[in-house]
Amino acid sequence: MTDTHAKHGPSYMAIFWYLAVLTVVEIAVIFLPIAKVAIGVLLVSLASTKAAMVALYFMHLRLEVKTLGYIALTPVVIGIFLVLVLLPDSLHAPHQTADSKKLEAPQH
Amino acid sequence: MSDAATALHHPAVEPVESPLTPESWGKLGMWVFLAGDAVGFGVLLASYGALRAGSVDWPNPARVLGIQLTALMTFLLICSSVTMVKALENLKKPDLARAKMFVLLTALGGAIFVGLQAYEWTHLIERGLKVFGNPWGATLFGASFFIITGFHGLHVTGGVIYLLSIFKVISRVPDMRYNYMVAEIAGLYWHFVDLVWIMVFTFIYLL
Repeated sequence: MTDTHAKHGPSYMAIFWYLAVLTVVEIAVIFLPIAKVAIGVLLVSLASTKAAMVALYFMHLRLEVKTLGYIALTPVVIGIFLVLVLLPDSLHAPHQTADSKKLEAPQH
Repeated sequence: MSDAATALHHPAVEPVESPLTPESWGKLGMWVFLAGDAVGFGVLLASYGALRAGSVDWPNPARVLGIQLTALMTFLLICSSVTMVKALENLKKPDLARAKMFVLLTALGGAIFVGLQAYEWTHLIERGLKVFGNPWGATLFGASFFIITGFHGLHVTGGVIYLLSIFKVISRVPDMRYNYMVAEIAGLYWHFVDLVWIMVFTFIYLL
């Protein structure tokens, strides 16, 4: 059994409050008068922090053997690769969908 | 302890990281499954990001979809993760009655989440959001929204059924150690659903 006694770190209720507060911060961030890219970076950082807290504390990953940690990290690595391989297409080829072209077409 | 585990503790065997003992095979299996499932969600979210970044007429999700209801749904899933860990704590004590209550509360949280998602979908469909079109811009906005939130909703629905099955198991089996193990494995799945929603909420609704 995994030992999750409070002496090993913050209590579950503390994690709950961290997650709740970070969610409120996330919502506040989208209204900040800063560049969209900065908002994006902040949001992804906050979401990653929340996800890590759930994995480490609620899923007890920080108390588990390394094998499970490596398994959990695999999709993170694959995800980073996925984003990297898609970057050239997504940033250098702005496209419109058929519907938006119709909207822009001259009305007769 | 199994023969394999005993052999690993023999002084002639080189010290290694504490082994995954046979009673944790289920946990290992769940982690492998979750890693695969995470790749599935990763593919969906990365594709969404690529579509979004490359589109010139992607609607502003926070304005079009609204975030009040989904913020509440996020809070609900976080609460249900807490009730799940409380169920495990009580199984360890052991206090079976309270553990069963917390498992039921977790399932209830999931069921309410699915209900709220059905309400949200109905509302958005009435406003014109379809899989193949919407009044606000890029056609794929609707398709990506329904596929990603729907895939997650299916996971929550599966999770509620899973939790109800666990409720039945811990009500019948007298072995508390076994009950803790099956509930811990179910908890991994449930927390994963919560974790994925954290990412979905950020990417689909806030960004």
